[in-house]
Amino acid sequence: MFVVEHLSKTYADGTRALADISLKVADGEILALVGGSGCGKTTLLRLVAGLDQASAGRIAVDNETITAPHPFVGIAFQEPRLLPWLSVADNVAFGIADLPRAERDARVADALERVHLAEHAGRWPRELSGGQQQRVSIARALVARPRVLLLDEPFSALDAFTRASLHGHLLALWEATRPTIVMVTHDVDEAVTLADRVVVMRPRPGRMFETITVGEPRPRDPLAVGYDKAKRRVLNALDRSLKTAASDATAKTASGASLWW
Amino acid sequence: MNAPQSPVADTVLANAGANDGVPPVSASRVWPSWRVMLGIVLPLLLAAGWELAVRGGFAQGRLMPPPSRIFATLADLVRSGELWTHVVATLWRVMAGFALGAAAGTLMGALSGSSETVRRLVDPTLQSLRAVPSIAWVPLFLLWLGIFEASKVALIAVGVFFPVYLGVASAIEGIDRKLIEVGRVFRLGRVAMVRRVLLPAVLPAWLTALRSGLGLGFMFVVAAEFMGASEGLGYLLTDGQQMGRPDRILAAIITFALLGKLCDTILVLLTRPLVRWQDTARGRL
Repeated sequence: MFVVEHLSKTYADGTRALADISLKVADGEILALVGGSGCGKTTLLRLVAGLDQASAGRIAVDNETITAPHPFVGIAFQEPRLLPWLSVADNVAFGIADLPRAERDARVADALERVHLAEHAGRWPRELSGGQQQRVSIARALVARPRVLLLDEPFSALDAFTRASLHGHLLALWEATRPTIVMVTHDVDEAVTLADRVVVMRPRPGRMFETITVGEPRPRDPLAVGYDKAKRRVLNALDRSLKTAASDATAKTASGASLWW
Repeated sequence: MNAPQSPVADTVLANAGANDGVPPVSASRVWPSWRVMLGIVLPLLLAAGWELAVRGGFAQGRLMPPPSRIFATLADLVRSGELWTHVVATLWRVMAGFALGAAAGTLMGALSGSSETVRRLVDPTLQSLRAVPSIAWVPLFLLWLGIFEASKVALIAVGVFFPVYLGVASAIEGIDRKLIEVGRVFRLGRVAMVRRVLLPAVLPAWLTALRSGLGLGFMFVVAAEFMGASEGLGYLLTDGQQMGRPDRILAAIITFALLGKLCDTILVLLTRPLVRWQDTARGRL
């Protein structure tokens, strides 16, 4: 279980980035964070990754408090952030250098096989397309076998076709090892396609506004009625989250009972 | 649970491995020989023009000898073995000064680039010293280190130090924060972060700084060999001046140019494998 309790972040200049965020994410669940710009989605992910320190609150994975980068938590960033001086295989192996060579090689080969890039193992990152680089980035995060995988808009810079392809790859990877996934996205379709729950956040300071459960079975058909309903609920919540008049109290969690219909 | 199986997704997934808009892998290019030779066209034309002008009686060629006379002098120097003595002396000084200057520049650059305190402490002083002309150090080094090799090597080391220092410090300051975060995410310790992220990240800039330093080393060796040397290409220059032999001066200058280019080429060839990962425009322009 991945737990965030009363998490807040205030920067040195007094800017409140996050206020009182509390979340519980079940093992193997996919949670999407959506919201307008400046609502603290990425800040939340960076705190969970241990890259920044929270001002208050607690983050825990399986009851172990996370205050710094931790082997339980992996992250794939918005940009692939591959190290250009390492081959694709060495990039994937970057985080598991301490393992015995045989195990490391086996894990890397398996991870590259899973993202369908086994034949590119010896190439430089510059020789890959954006979509392929992002797959390597996800493989690098997953090869360390984290219990929680954080995805910070990993597909946002890609075209629609590549993005659709990567959704499939991601779900296949998730299916294989079932890590908990917390992903930030601006794309409502992406959130509804991938997530079990979608958390809508609101800005200034960043806080949770509404949580919507997507009950549709996978694989999800964008033309299905259930998919469309979930998408409308998320869009509606997003719309209300950006209106200053809407108070947090008007939002409901879990089932979204206060929604427009 | 499977991946989405809409017709679009199926098509995309089926093509995902092969149809991701992969840029073509750069193949090694075989450059046409005429492009390699392009660099010597201009000097050859100028030399041929001057040769013709002197032979045609349009110029005396006393202060500016024609290429044939310069190469005859050069050939004499080679035959007598005198040139090799000068070349070896100069090369030894440059290499010794380069090694000292590059090591000190790398160390100070690394300290200054990675520590705000060190940077504030040493950078203003070093930047001021950088502006001091090479020749200004000569009397001081003669007083401190004497007239023999130590003062010459020290002067060259000073010349090499500054571009290397500046290159390394700037490269470290300019390392992409995002790559550092990748190291942090995977919990690299300080040493591992330096070895696996910082060093490779600054390597291209460091190599460029070394090339600049080597170039300056060749400039400073002339000033160094003006300090009472009895051998070296710098000595050959002053000897040519004192003897009224512009052909010897030009022979020394040509040797300097060839030696400098040769050393730079060797440095580039030795270090190229270290930066072959770079996505550069080399070979495409």
